[in-house]
Amino acid sequence: MKRRTEVVLAGLGGQGLILIGKILGEAAAIYEGKNSVQTQSYGVASRGGFSKSEVVISSEEIAYPEVLDPDVVLTLSQQAYDLYKNKVRKDCWLIYDSDTITGEGVSDKEFGFPITTVAVELRNTRILNMIALGILVKLTGIVSVESILRSLEKNIPSQFRDVNLRAFQRGLEMS
Amino acid sequence: MHDRIKFLQGNEACVEGALTAGASFYAGYPITPSSEIAELASIRLPAVGGVFIQMEDEIASMAALVGASMAGAKAFTATSGPGFSLMQENIGLAIMTEAPCVIINVQRSGPSTGLATKPAQADVMQARWGTHGDHAIIVLSPASVQECYELMIQAFNFAEEFRTPVIFLSDEIVGHMREKVILRDDIPIVNRKFPKVDPPEYRPYQPGEDGVPPLAYFGSDYIFHASSSMHDETGYPNNVPDNAEKVIKRLYKKIYDHRDEIIITKEYETEDAEIILVSFGASARSAREAVYILRESGYKAGLLQLNTLWPFPDEKVRQLADRAKFMVVPEMNLGQIISEVKRVVEARIPVYGVNKVNGEIITPYEILGKIKEVF
Repeated sequence: MKRRTEVVLAGLGGQGLILIGKILGEAAAIYEGKNSVQTQSYGVASRGGFSKSEVVISSEEIAYPEVLDPDVVLTLSQQAYDLYKNKVRKDCWLIYDSDTITGEGVSDKEFGFPITTVAVELRNTRILNMIALGILVKLTGIVSVESILRSLEKNIPSQFRDVNLRAFQRGLEMS
Repeated sequence: MHDRIKFLQGNEACVEGALTAGASFYAGYPITPSSEIAELASIRLPAVGGVFIQMEDEIASMAALVGASMAGAKAFTATSGPGFSLMQENIGLAIMTEAPCVIINVQRSGPSTGLATKPAQADVMQARWGTHGDHAIIVLSPASVQECYELMIQAFNFAEEFRTPVIFLSDEIVGHMREKVILRDDIPIVNRKFPKVDPPEYRPYQPGEDGVPPLAYFGSDYIFHASSSMHDETGYPNNVPDNAEKVIKRLYKKIYDHRDEIIITKEYETEDAEIILVSFGASARSAREAVYILRESGYKAGLLQLNTLWPFPDEKVRQLADRAKFMVVPEMNLGQIISEVKRVVEARIPVYGVNKVNGEIITPYEILGKIKEVF
């Protein structure tokens, strides 16, 4: 049996991928008593350019901190999708924003959602990440919604909490 | 106070460790991938009555550390490659004046600006020999967020106990990764020895039996001179050959005579191991995964993880080499720790490197590939 659940959150710098990685990692580590490691990789630009965040979750000690063979891949840019489409197993969850990405059906568990459209409906394109997190958690069940809510509460400053929470709830409803 | 469990970045855990150790002064210039340390220190230090200064550059940062240390503070700074290069001159000043302090280098890919956001482990030799002249130095290397916290406390303890700068050699991966960390409050804290003699009798560079002179602080009743020039026990310049030899040897011996205490290593599955991996920092995590995979396939593999890089753990490497068929040294440089391993092993068994310098972590499979090639 695979010892680790490996998650890749990939897209563009500024989309908040590191933040949702942190929320996911903390939910597993602090609120579900597992071990988790969250790592990140980004370029020298503060916005734009390829950016990714990875989360490894296990009930055992985690030695290698980065993803070796992903179980869940979320992509929020075409570049990110193209980078991972040939690296995922048939049974890897592959979630993408169908408004900005052309999916190719490379995985049996590949799902596109109109994330940008929903963000526009919510009048805030900066909460793509939270909508995506809602979708990811509901679809994959890798951590409980309750743990995510506790982690979200802790990691989002109070003045932005409602807007992020709304986006997350909307993501839950979409999947 | 009780242990606290948190989900933190390695860089954040460094600050927590420094605060637990009693740090009260930070001077630095922010640089990727170390900036979170300055950011958190700027919030946390003033809140506990400490001082945070953003300096004009890393040369001045290191000078401020020496000054703060001489004024009695436990002082630290954080930087990465380019800043670490600028600090070298005043690290020498800290060694010569015996100013306890901790310098964190979150390594990134170089030379110069290099890949500013990408990891490397290529400052191992710079940490040892970056400042000129014969000298000893203590260099510690963490591989997890927990180790960032615990080893940071240890770094301050060694600095205080041996009146020396300590280099904390982290890397971008360990610095930026988030993990669960237990902020333990049961680690003993060491404070510098204060002089027991009356102020007029105080000789700031007269060592105790351990080779370390007690340290008063500027602004106290103990008036003393700390010089970068060769000096005698009074602290005033003395260029007599016998004195110079005595001082240089004492500065070296005060560290090397206490190797047993300073050298920290961890072993995983080494008891019966025929294949020994020797690694440190982020690469040690890859090596541990490789050991796990090798054991699952029936190979007798083990890992020696170095938390102390300098003084180099000669004895431990030698012991393991006596029982091993060969050694493998994964490191994110073109071969720095491996030359130390080879020096110790003396060609009795083969030692192979796994080296990577493209700004990406070494994967367990790359280590396995090397082992397959040579086994």
